[in-house]
Parts: sequence; structure tokens; C-alpha cells
Amino acid sequence: MPQAKTKPSPNPNPNPNPMVVLEDISKTYMGEVVVDGVSLTIAAGEFFSLLGPSGCGKTTLLRLIAGFATPDKNDSGAGSIVIDGKPMTGVPANKRPTNMVFQSYAIFPHLNVGDNVGYGLKKQGLGREAMRRRVLGMLDMVDLAGFYDRPAHALSGGQRQRVALARALIMRPKVLLLDEPLSALDKKLREQMQHELRSLQRELGITFIMVTHDQEEALIMSDRIAVMFDGRIAQLGTPQAIYSYPVTRRVAAFIGEMNLLPAQYHGVKGDRLQVSIEGLGRIELANTQMPRPLAVGPVSIGIRPETMTILYNNENNNNASPAPARHAITARVASMDYYGDMTYYRVRAQGIEGLLTISMRNTVGRRIYGVGEEIRASWQPESLIVLG
Amino acid sequence: MAYAAAALAAKSRAGVSMKMSMHMPMRISPSPSTPQKAPKLLRGFFIICLVFLYAPVMVLPLFAFNDSSIVGFPLRGFTLDWFRQLPHETMLHRAAANSLVIATSTAIISTSFAVLVARAITRYRFHGRGFAFGLIMAPVLLPEIIIGVALLIVLLGLGIPLNLWSVIGGHVLVTTPFTIAIMLAAFHNMDQRLEEASLDLGESRFGTFRRVILPLAMPGLAASLLLSFSLSLDEFIIAFFLTGVDPTLPVYIWAQLRFPSKLPIVMALGTLMVLVSLVLLSLFEYSRRRWY
Repeated sequence: MPQAKTKPSPNPNPNPNPMVVLEDISKTYMGEVVVDGVSLTIAAGEFFSLLGPSGCGKTTLLRLIAGFATPDKNDSGAGSIVIDGKPMTGVPANKRPTNMVFQSYAIFPHLNVGDNVGYGLKKQGLGREAMRRRVLGMLDMVDLAGFYDRPAHALSGGQRQRVALARALIMRPKVLLLDEPLSALDKKLREQMQHELRSLQRELGITFIMVTHDQEEALIMSDRIAVMFDGRIAQLGTPQAIYSYPVTRRVAAFIGEMNLLPAQYHGVKGDRLQVSIEGLGRIELANTQMPRPLAVGPVSIGIRPETMTILYNNENNNNASPAPARHAITARVASMDYYGDMTYYRVRAQGIEGLLTISMRNTVGRRIYGVGEEIRASWQPESLIVLG
Repeated sequence: MAYAAAALAAKSRAGVSMKMSMHMPMRISPSPSTPQKAPKLLRGFFIICLVFLYAPVMVLPLFAFNDSSIVGFPLRGFTLDWFRQLPHETMLHRAAANSLVIATSTAIISTSFAVLVARAITRYRFHGRGFAFGLIMAPVLLPEIIIGVALLIVLLGLGIPLNLWSVIGGHVLVTTPFTIAIMLAAFHNMDQRLEEASLDLGESRFGTFRRVILPLAMPGLAASLLLSFSLSLDEFIIAFFLTGVDPTLPVYIWAQLRFPSKLPIVMALGTLMVLVSLVLLSLFEYSRRRWY
């Protein structure tokens, strides 16, 4: 099981080849702490996402790495940013081995596509021909061949995004910073670009650091994710670890959907957690089902909608799952949302406060239940997790 | 000429303040929605306005080609004499040259100031920024005659001789509020991310200014240069007070009014100036449309 990292040590080193090392980075704007003591190591060649709601400090953190802002000085001097082994303190944005894809793309409106992409090369003293060749090659790579002379204002959203990407990648950065790169695109294009960006990153082997508020996007694209709330990293780990074992209720609620049941935690007996859930009684869980150690007392039990199932014929004889120790409760459908491939039910169960969400894949022959119908909802105890 | 430039400046301001100007071809239409057919009353009013604005100007060519040294009706006949006499008026040439030197210098100095001030105000936070902002337009409220007298007293008191430079100084003083207003508008809606993108791509601060900020501010810059140039060119009161032995064109023309026989020549000159400003205006519009 991929164990979620709960507290990054002051100098975590998950990879022998760290590319970006942040140590105790804080940033205060007008008395408001936007980034609060973040320490983080990002490996070379990693696709890393900073995920959080707006205002959580993720964009500020990205801008600190890019050099558009400087970290606050802390007690022991200044929080340090090291990129590719070189400290970045005092290094301005135009001297850093990073390039950025802006949320608004920031395409220069007075230049055509070729001049936009070649903008940064001009400073490097390349010959006119060499420059043109490199720009053409880059345009080819981002599927914009033939767009060299196109004026910037005659581009669609997706094309602007590719120009912004090409303009940054042509600089051959050590780290590519992406600030909500796909948020301005419509759904279809966004999904396409998610895969293109991912395969481009694998192909080039460049370290990508992406800021996003879209948890699905972060899960799909990233090697690792840092979930941020209030300027701090709430959880750092692989997409699977963060989704399966969120360390707090807040992370759980932010990443996907999570049903929370009030419960009591009684401690460990042997290596089994002793928990009693309201309306279900006392159960035992594996100690891996508590991502962050908790004190004895009231806790929440989390369960993902897709790990629950509605039993066929209301009977507990689903032979597809031979596990004998399934939990099952009787509930009534309060509302349902039909998505085509999935159906989301909100159900009210006896003895449980609030509504539970159950999602069911609409396979052939599976019934769609109507509002008011009584059902049997069931799950495996292994899919429960204990949250504070 | 100042009218035309002011109208241009207002237009260009409207242009940059349109958010779309960054992404779309900058074409100024009277309203953002599809233009509808104007109601009759409104159309009539528009025509009255045009007549009110341009009828006095149309009088100039009328008398410039009139075969009479007396400016008045009835018209006598057609002549080009007044235009033929223009090349021989050496004092007038001198005055025109003075005015051109002053107007050009004023435009460049005033616009340079404006670029720096507007950059500082739109881009940076500094102590007293709000106060500075409020003070900028204040000189516009002062009557020019007061500024003229005050400047004269100061310059004489300091023992600074009155020459073209003193006039340029005075003109920079009165035009800078306008140029700052134009440049503020030009810089205001510039996407700050563009600057960051340039820095991010390895360009220096100065290079960013040259390669991104200036080109994008170009329509505003042109409007500012043109407005300050034309304001200076026909400014009279301050030039009257601060001019030394070399008069500017308006001061010279004013002096010529004592000789009624010279008046038709002044009309001819005025006609030429209207033509020149029309050409300038067209050039400006053309270049602005090509820009995006």
C-alpha cells in the first residue's frame, strides 16, 4: 500500500536526484500569510501538481519558484529555494532555469506566432536561420506547423495554449511551471491536452510543476500531488495514496467525494483498530485504514461513493463478491443523478444522519433505482477509512 | 488642430481601455453592439454638431482664395495670390520654424515625462502615489494666463533669459497633464503577465520595456505626441509671456492682426495648416488600424 507521507521531514529526499528543493518558504502579502512554511522536494523528471482551492497559496508558491516574488525572511535567514543544486536567493526571474505557462497564456499580442515562440531565443544570440529552424521544429512538436506567420489575435484558445507551451519549452528549461494551464479550455479540449501534456512531459523528461484547482486533472496527470490548504501542504503523495488514504476530512472532501459517518475510536487491539459506527455497531479495521494516527474518541469514518454498492433484489447474496464480512444497511433513495455511464444516488439510511452518496456504474442489465425506492446498500469493511 | 488631436486622444483612450484590444483587431466602433439605424432626431443633431464644429474652419479657405485684401463678404473672386505671397514672408517663416521647434521639443519632452510617470503610477506602489495621482490633472484647472505670469516672474527673478527654451518649458508644463492622462490609459489595461512572460523568457527589464511595453503602448504614445505637439503649436498665452525676440507662430499672427492687409495671407496659412493636420490625422488613423 502506498503510504501517504504525512509530515515531510525538513529535508526529504525521495529521489536521489532532486530538481527543486523548497525549505521553509513563507510569503506574506499585506499582513496576510499566503504561503506558510512550505518545505518540498521535487525530483528531476517528475510531474508534480500543487492542488488546492483558490486562495490556498499554490499560485504564489509557483511564482516564488519562478522568481516573480521573493520569499519572506524567516528566523534563520530566508527560506531557501534551490533549483538544480543552485540556490535561487537573489536570482531574478530572467536568470532562472525555469519557464512558465501562464493561466492567461500571456501571448504577446503585437507579435505573430513565430515571434512569440522565438521571443526568448533572441537574447541567446542565435543566427536568424538557426532561430527560425528551432521555432519551426517547436511549432511542429506542439502541432502548430504552418502557424509561424499567424498573428496572435487570430488564434483559438487551444492554439494560444500551445503557443504558450512552445514559447516556454523552446527555452529548454530545467523546470516548466504551469499555472492552471488548461482551465481556460473547454472540456473536450482540456481532456485531450491533459494527455498531450502528460506524454510530452514523459518524452522530454523535463520536471513539470503544475498548479491546478481541478482534482481530477491533478489525479490524471501527476506523479505526485501536494494538496494545499491555507498556505500549507495538507498532504503530499502519489495520486493513489491521496485518493485512497486522505489524511484529513478536508483533503478527503476536496479530492473526489467522500461519505463521512460519525464514529467512536476505541483504540487498537492486537493490530486491529476498534471502531464503533453509529447505527452499525462495533467493527474492527486494519491499522492501515487510519492514514494519520488519531487519539481515542470521536472520529469520522470515510467511504467513497464508488466503493459502495446497491444489492440486487435487496438481498445479501451477491456472489460476485464472495467476501463474507460485508456491511449492509437499508436505505431509501432521496435523489438520483443520471450521468449516462454512472448514476449517483443520495440515500437516507436508518440511524445515520445526513445523506449518503452511492455511485453505480450503469452496466447492462443493472437497474436504475427511482426516488423513494428502498434499497440495500453494502460495502466491504476494507474500503472504510478512519479520519479525524 | 488641437481639436482633432484631442478627439484622437480620446479615441485612442477608448481603444486601449477596451479589454479586447489585446486580442482583437483594434477597430473603434461607436458602440460595442451592432450599430442600428440612428433615429432622425439624433441624426439631425449630429449634423448640427458637425456644422458647429467645422463651419468656422471652412471660412478659412473661403477668404484664403478670395481676391480681396478685405476679409469680409461679399466674395470678390478667385485668386492664389495670398498663397503666392506666403514664400516671401520671411518673418512668418521664422515664426513657423520657431513654433515647429517648440512643438516638437514639447511633444517629445512631455511624452517622455508622461511615460515615466504613468509607468510609475500604474506599475509600482510607492509612498504618496494617490497624492501624486491627484495632483497630475490639477494644472489643467489653473488659467493659463496665471501660469504665464507666474512663470515670467520666476524666470525673470532667476535671471533666466527668455528664448525658445523658456517657451518649451512653459509648454511642457501645460501639456504634461494631458499626456500623462493618455499614457495612464495606455498603460492601465496592459496585462502585467506580458511583462512577466518576457522576464520569464530571459529578457531584461529594459528589453521588456523596449520589446513588449513600448510597442503595446504605441497607439497611446502616438496620441500623446500628436496632442502635445498640436497643443503647443497653437498655444498663445504662455508663448506670449515667455517668448523673447523670436515669436512663435500664434504670437506672430496676433502681431500681424494690426495690419488688415496681411489678414488674407494668415488665412492662406491657416488653410495650409488645416490641410496638414488632416493629412497627419489620416496617417495616424491608418497606422493605428494597421497596428493590430
